[in-house]
Amino acid sequence: MAYSDKVIDHYENPRNVGSLDKNSDNVGTGLVGAPACGDVMKLQIKVEDGIITDAKFKTFGCGSAIASSSLVTEWVKGMSVDKAMELKNSQIAEELNLPPVKIHCSVLAEDAIKAAIADYKKKNGNGA
Amino acid sequence: MAVKVPIFMDNHSTTPVDPRVLDAMLPFFREDFGNAASRNHVFGWRAEKAVEIAREEVGKLIGASAKEIVWTSGATESINLALKGAAEFYKEKGNHFITGQTEHKATLDTCKRLEKEGCEVTYLPVRSDGIITAEQVAAAIKPTTIMVALMAANNEIGTVNPINEIGAAIKATKKDVLFFVDAVQAAGKVPFDVTAGKVDLASVSAHKIYGPKGVGALYVRRKPRVRLVEQIDGGGHERGMRSGTLNVPGIVGFGKAAELARTEMAQEAEKLTALRNRLYSYLTTNLKEVHLNGSWEHRLPGNLNVSFAYVEGEGLMMALKDVAVSSGSACTSASLEPSYVLRALGVGEEMAHSSIRFGIGRFNTEEEIDYVGKHVVEAVSRLREMSPLWEMVQEGVDLKSIQWAAEH
Repeated sequence: MAYSDKVIDHYENPRNVGSLDKNSDNVGTGLVGAPACGDVMKLQIKVEDGIITDAKFKTFGCGSAIASSSLVTEWVKGMSVDKAMELKNSQIAEELNLPPVKIHCSVLAEDAIKAAIADYKKKNGNGA
Repeated sequence: MAVKVPIFMDNHSTTPVDPRVLDAMLPFFREDFGNAASRNHVFGWRAEKAVEIAREEVGKLIGASAKEIVWTSGATESINLALKGAAEFYKEKGNHFITGQTEHKATLDTCKRLEKEGCEVTYLPVRSDGIITAEQVAAAIKPTTIMVALMAANNEIGTVNPINEIGAAIKATKKDVLFFVDAVQAAGKVPFDVTAGKVDLASVSAHKIYGPKGVGALYVRRKPRVRLVEQIDGGGHERGMRSGTLNVPGIVGFGKAAELARTEMAQEAEKLTALRNRLYSYLTTNLKEVHLNGSWEHRLPGNLNVSFAYVEGEGLMMALKDVAVSSGSACTSASLEPSYVLRALGVGEEMAHSSIRFGIGRFNTEEEIDYVGKHVVEAVSRLREMSPLWEMVQEGVDLKSIQWAAEH
């Protein structure tokens, strides 16, 4: 199976690898997937005035999973939380030219950003 | 370090043709192109003579006589012929087969077919080191058992079953149970002898021993005679057991490859063991949490199958773009299920996803081993820095305490 150039680029030069302080009130953390399934993504966002000012990820998974999470962190930076909620896995799959067997990687990335936002909202009384 | 890339370190999947094998084959594409079944002219005679020399060599590799070798298109066909052919011929005697959970798909899927056709199959579990014992096999034999079908060496984890003990146990328990051995990975790599193992049928393949693809053989014991119902009808070649014009150049190559494997096995095993140990030692010295899959002691010389905890196998292979290895990760298979072989050993799914198989072969060098070792260590280190699991473990989190989403 050949990887698309964009997957290779994100895999070799992943954007925003790292961690934010998960105890901070303006940081939301999403942890999705399972080790037994071969994919785990941790995606964190830092929110200021409703805008995502920083995003970091760590992923255990194949190249497509790493690329999907890397791409999402790149996309959501500077986005409002509401806008980020609207991200769809199909956009990720399309941007990375994921083959059908790798669609689940983009689904997981969508789940990860949604989970991070949910965590942030929970910390901040659902308001934000 | 001048290492030529890409490096091929996946010698269980296939092997490059040895130049000496290719040289032996070439005349049979050119001037000696005859059909070995042509009995009335020199082209046919030459081809037939070459085929019979090869038959002798392939027989010698496994301790069989030339007359016990049936040419096929490869081991998959050999396995199909052995199992289906025996099921059909001996159906009056019984319908029970015994095999193992870590067998190659060619055996497992043939067994599934036999089940559909009314046979009963016992799939023996393996020990956590991948081995099946003689006691296990003997205990599974029933009055209706007609065959035990087991591999000598496993293609993924390289573990070597105690074939001689198993053969003795089978015959001591029920003399007329046939013993089929899939010797594809073992023949030419570790000692395998059909007499010592009381083996009745055995599959071998040319391309696993530096011969060409598309040619294999089935050993069929003559004394006492093992009977099979042919699965391919036609001109009655191979004493009626496998019709079809012989692949003369392929067979000649197989013969040469078998001769080289037999005469060089001892020294090659020594070399491969040293390379394998060098790689394992480098990896375990420079990385934490490298887990060996399968027995260390009962293992093919060129096999190293390890799991790099907290790193996913396919992701790792992507980092090793100059190195051809293989992984038990689900992402490398169409099914999205991790290796059934590792699962049968009791290896956790997450560790199965993290497994890499290194298959070291005749043409690998120490420089290549060092190159691969260095790149694997770099890639695993980099990917662990990106791994949320690694981070959690470093923070002292017990991964088992987390409620993971169950979906795949």
